[in-house]
Amino acid sequence: MAFSKKHILGLGGLSAGEIETVLDAAESMKEISTRDVKKVPALKGVTVVNLFFEPSTRTRASFEIAEKRLSADVLNFSASQSSVAKGESLVDTARNFEAMGAGIMVIRHGMSGAPFVLARQVGASIINAGDGFHEHPSQALTDIFTIREKKGRIEGLEVLIVGDVLHSRVARSNLFALRKLGAKVRIAGPPTIVPGHFSRLGAEIFHSLERALEGVDVVIMLRVQSERRTLEYFPSIREYSGFYGLTGEKLALAARDVMVMHPGPINRGVELTSEIADGPDAVILEQVANGIAVRMAMIYLVARGEDA
Amino acid sequence: MATGKKTQPLEGRTDGFFDSILDDLASEDTAGLVVVGIKTRGEHLGRRLAERIKERRGAEVGFGTIDVTLYRDDFENRRNWPQLGGTSIPGDVRGKDVILVDDVLYTGRTARAAVNSIMDYGRPASVKLAVLVDRGGRELPIQPDWTGIRIETSGDEMVNVCLDEVDGREEIEIIRRDGV
Repeated sequence: MAFSKKHILGLGGLSAGEIETVLDAAESMKEISTRDVKKVPALKGVTVVNLFFEPSTRTRASFEIAEKRLSADVLNFSASQSSVAKGESLVDTARNFEAMGAGIMVIRHGMSGAPFVLARQVGASIINAGDGFHEHPSQALTDIFTIREKKGRIEGLEVLIVGDVLHSRVARSNLFALRKLGAKVRIAGPPTIVPGHFSRLGAEIFHSLERALEGVDVVIMLRVQSERRTLEYFPSIREYSGFYGLTGEKLALAARDVMVMHPGPINRGVELTSEIADGPDAVILEQVANGIAVRMAMIYLVARGEDA
Repeated sequence: MATGKKTQPLEGRTDGFFDSILDDLASEDTAGLVVVGIKTRGEHLGRRLAERIKERRGAEVGFGTIDVTLYRDDFENRRNWPQLGGTSIPGDVRGKDVILVDDVLYTGRTARAAVNSIMDYGRPASVKLAVLVDRGGRELPIQPDWTGIRIETSGDEMVNVCLDEVDGREEIEIIRRDGV
């Protein structure tokens, strides 16, 4: 299927066919990282700016490697050491980069919807690298790519997302896309951060991790985001970990060939034990490697998108 | 837009093409040989060539496929880029003799892209080009080492090679778009 989107702002706005097009392109991109020369000339002469208004190590590094493997010229911008500190607005910052010839902007911002604002205000293609509590499409596409690679399909799988769904953009993007591709999605966590209204997005809600784990094919553990005030939503990390931390004993309730995922960075002993993080069921480092191929596909596809 | 279509049968002519390649290969050459088909029709012709070499010489030769989409030079026409087909090159091309196989040679831009792409897998001892149909019209200094069929064409004609594996028939189509 053809991909005609100029921006990738969220997976809520992509069709199942478009999501599959990104995943298929990512398969081709993955092969490039196995070559002697890990670079193709596809985006030679295209300038990409990474606009990061929030700290990020992995996502930003992954986008930067992806851009470089496509031969794009890469500019990095981080809010802490920039004109934003001097009071410049988001749109003005972006327009300045556009005036310098940036054709694609990858944006991470603490405000939900910031990438949508930019898409309306500048002519460049926008890729959302995480906006507020809204979406994180590149991470969810990476998760889904990794699931499809291991399981050979998405449709009909039982996928469980555990943790701070309320504040997790990874969870939202995964929920939107997994539902579109025909997976069944369960979410589990304390009621304060797994609110009942998520059932309206098509998820089955559990407050007992043990019950949620029964027969699942995939478990996605969300990070306890201490910088996002998650800690105010339950009494203590120790208690959270006791109820919702993944241990070998609990994991035994899942399907036999269950895969355990985590968007990183992991808090060992909180979301999951080291035994699981380093064990045979975890695909956490595969996710990191696949993230580059998926981001290459996203950048390549918006570069050739046509709608305005 | 009126169109006119001429066809030529292909039956039997591919084997003659493959044999002309084999005639030029000393038997010791096949050890270091890798046949690489350019997607999509060249992939099938390449596979047939690899099988023919095996039949005639009794030795396996390396076979890979290459998708040149990411190496194209028409960046301004990005919208028209076709879907990615994926590339798979077996083992190591370093020190090998690579034969690139494609169905039609026209401007030479695809062949140029394919050569660039192969180089990113390592430094082969040599790269040669075998095309089933040479339709002229080169825009780059590229000439094939082996040609099956030469056809004189003009810029408003399209030349398609139809193969059993993809099209269910073996023929060459020359389609004229009048009033272009």
